[in-house]
Amino acid sequence: MALLNTDKLTIKFGGLTAVSALDLVINQNEIIGLIGPNGAGKTTSFNMITGVYTPTSGTVVFEGKDITGMKTHEITKLGIARTFQNIRLFGQLSVLENVLIANHMRFGSNLLSAVIKTPSYLKKEKAVYEKSMELLRAVGLDDLKDEVCTSLPYGKQRRLEIARALATDPKLLILDEPAAGMNPQESLELMEFIREIRDKYNLTILMIEHHMAVVMGICERIYVLDYGVKIADGTPSEIQNNQKVIEAYLGVE
Amino acid sequence: MSFQTFLQHLVNGISLGSLYALLAIGYTMVYGILRLINFAHGDIFMLATYIAFYSITTFLLPWWAAFLIAIILTALLGILLERAAYRPLRNSPRISIMISAIGASFLIENLAIVFFGGRPKAFPIAPIFSKIVRIGDVSISIVTIIIPIITVIALVILNFIVNKTKTGMAMRAVSKDYDAAKLMGININHIISFTFGTGSALAAIGGIMWALKYPQLIPLMGVMPGLKFFIAAVIGGIGNIKGAVLGGFILGLGEIAIVASSPALSGYRDAFAFILLIIILLVKPTGLLGQNSAEKV
Amino acid sequence: MKREKVIQSLISIAAVIILLVILNKVLTPFQARIFNLGGIYIILAISMNLINGFVGLFSLGHAGFMAVGAYTSALLTMSREAKEMNFFLEPIVPWLLDVQLPFPIAIIIGGLMAALAAALIGAPVLRLNDDYLAIATLGFSEIIRVIFTNTQSLTNGALGLKGLPYIGVTDSPKEAIWWIWGLVIITIVFMVLLINSTYGRAFKAIREDEIAAEAMGINLFKHKMMAFIIGSFFAGIGGALLGHYMNTIDPLLFRYLLTFNIILIVVLGGIGSITSSVISAIVVTIAQELLRVLDGKMQIGSLIINGVPGTRMVVFSALLMLVILFYQRGLMGTNEFSWSWFKKLPFKTKKAKIS
Repeated sequence: MALLNTDKLTIKFGGLTAVSALDLVINQNEIIGLIGPNGAGKTTSFNMITGVYTPTSGTVVFEGKDITGMKTHEITKLGIARTFQNIRLFGQLSVLENVLIANHMRFGSNLLSAVIKTPSYLKKEKAVYEKSMELLRAVGLDDLKDEVCTSLPYGKQRRLEIARALATDPKLLILDEPAAGMNPQESLELMEFIREIRDKYNLTILMIEHHMAVVMGICERIYVLDYGVKIADGTPSEIQNNQKVIEAYLGVE
Repeated sequence: MSFQTFLQHLVNGISLGSLYALLAIGYTMVYGILRLINFAHGDIFMLATYIAFYSITTFLLPWWAAFLIAIILTALLGILLERAAYRPLRNSPRISIMISAIGASFLIENLAIVFFGGRPKAFPIAPIFSKIVRIGDVSISIVTIIIPIITVIALVILNFIVNKTKTGMAMRAVSKDYDAAKLMGININHIISFTFGTGSALAAIGGIMWALKYPQLIPLMGVMPGLKFFIAAVIGGIGNIKGAVLGGFILGLGEIAIVASSPALSGYRDAFAFILLIIILLVKPTGLLGQNSAEKV
Repeated sequence: MKREKVIQSLISIAAVIILLVILNKVLTPFQARIFNLGGIYIILAISMNLINGFVGLFSLGHAGFMAVGAYTSALLTMSREAKEMNFFLEPIVPWLLDVQLPFPIAIIIGGLMAALAAALIGAPVLRLNDDYLAIATLGFSEIIRVIFTNTQSLTNGALGLKGLPYIGVTDSPKEAIWWIWGLVIITIVFMVLLINSTYGRAFKAIREDEIAAEAMGINLFKHKMMAFIIGSFFAGIGGALLGHYMNTIDPLLFRYLLTFNIILIVVLGGIGSITSSVISAIVVTIAQELLRVLDGKMQIGSLIINGVPGTRMVVFSALLMLVILFYQRGLMGTNEFSWSWFKKLPFKTKKAKIS
């Protein structure tokens, strides 16, 4: 059984069909790429999967469960975490706090015990702190834990977003342009890092990316969107030789 | 209720509704452009009545000159308000602008208390406005008839400005997409000043008619009506001029209907607007004529 | 580390108690009254700061919840005779006539009623955002006022209630210091513990970015509701105290102006900081008292200046405008008091971080 599949996923804004009848199948532990020119509907698809937008028609099924139209936080709880294209960190808070916050959902203490600091609460607080520090170490930000997150350079903010998403204990991690703004060296490191976390945390990864080197180097399968329609899917080499994809990117003579 | 009393109430409702409509437009125009609740709009409305009052009583001007001066000065005050309290915060968090708006509103009210005094003042009504007209069995004061007529005239002019002039086109552009409009070379500051000026002039017209209808001036007279004007704008769909008119009429007619239907309920008249607001926001958060817009993620 | 913090906190509280003992000795009854009013405003400012500053909900409904708390506590503590004197237009509903509870219980019930009102109101309005939330909460606070004006046999309508028992049993501002400031300490301790918990972090996440917070699994509505109810509970307590402090309440007292007063304190101090609310509440209360002279007659030497009523509020509204226009951080931004200030003091004056 696929971990996630979408069936004829469609969304219309007014008269515009942003995504039309999108079928995705994502299996356990795969790294899948979603590519396409600007405005092809990639982020919109992510937003439908994560419950930010409600699709006009079609369904999203995660682990055999229909999650179409569920609230974002409910979907996160089921095990889908994401990062954002235009980085959305909790600006005024520290690096560590950003990751701690993502643990809140599974914290499991009620308000009263959190306020009076019962022993069990303090124990959990300690566990969450250690888990967050471990994640920060994994992304190489542990020595910056007390910095205000907006003071970090761009690449580090992207990595912090990934650490934060990982703190929700996801099964499926959705990355929206993780390599944006990175130089080739950083992109290479990122590829390595994504593979690592996939193996370490037993993840499945779905990513939008424009850096073709990254996409081709890391993704096992790729979906290509253009004008909201899926125009191709297959392995990186199949995609590279697909006439439709070349036309979509380069235009037709 | 006899048909005659029904007509009486209907006329009153239409009259009150057109006042609300006229004043809701000021809110809706400012919101459409700046995405800001101009909490001080009700106080601008109050200032207009006092300017007219002093023009007549202290400077002994004829009523029409006093009204004209009130409209012009109020428009200038509206422009000044935007410059002083809102423009410096245009790129600040929304909460700051909102607090600034509330602060401006309180500042104007308290200045009014200091300069005009806290005691009510009786608005001088020229004899031509105090006539009573009888149509069949229904007797109506001339003001009640004038209000909807003035409202219609103001609307026609406004409609022309917004839809047929270059400034109007720029206004619409700014309200659709602030940044794009800026890039297209529209002078945003001019357009915003113009919007505040127009909105405040409409508030002045509304204020003067309000004073003719309820001729008692106090510095806090703009607070409750101000909130209702805003509610009328929200009910119709904020940012939408037609919506403001629709909302104004719904609110005006609704209030009169409540008072007319049962004296026991009349104490709750002021609560009606807020209850209606909350119902509308829950059922159709964008208001009756508002458009949906999703936040970009 | 943790133990050190607990000890520091206990020292702080002990220091405050010693300070209260001293103040109790040196303050004149008049000064004690102002000091008490400052305490009430601390509770109100902190409760508003939780909702507006930490969760970032722009709520303007504080006066309404204060009214609920004040009326509840008043009706529960007044004697049968006092109620009969007040309700001369229309007799009070029979079931309330003989109810007379001790003052602390009545205050807590006042807070709970305000929290209940917040739960009912929050359910529809907390789904709205920014401006709409502001206007809807303001609307609700007005509706509460309109209702209280019209329910003659329950609240005595526009006439209000007179002769509320003073705070405590001995009718003295000096005893009231202990009641009010005891509640101030409880409120501060509670809020600090709440803010520095996983829930406090979730609140701040919502303030920073709702979309990201929800994507991290935070149930926005549930957490907004929590903060709204807790904040309103303390607003109810503050309102109840204010009622007893003033001896008289009527619906006009709970106008939007009262909410504005609290916004003033919160903004001047710094939105999102408990410490600043505390300092600002005391400073603003004392300043409002001192500037009362502006509204009345002033005598400087042989010169008598007739003050104009309202001048005082002009000063404060202007001050609010100046702060929001030129110094938005307020007194201390989102910084909090911490013992590390003292450690750092001899070397450098660096900004304190939330510890």
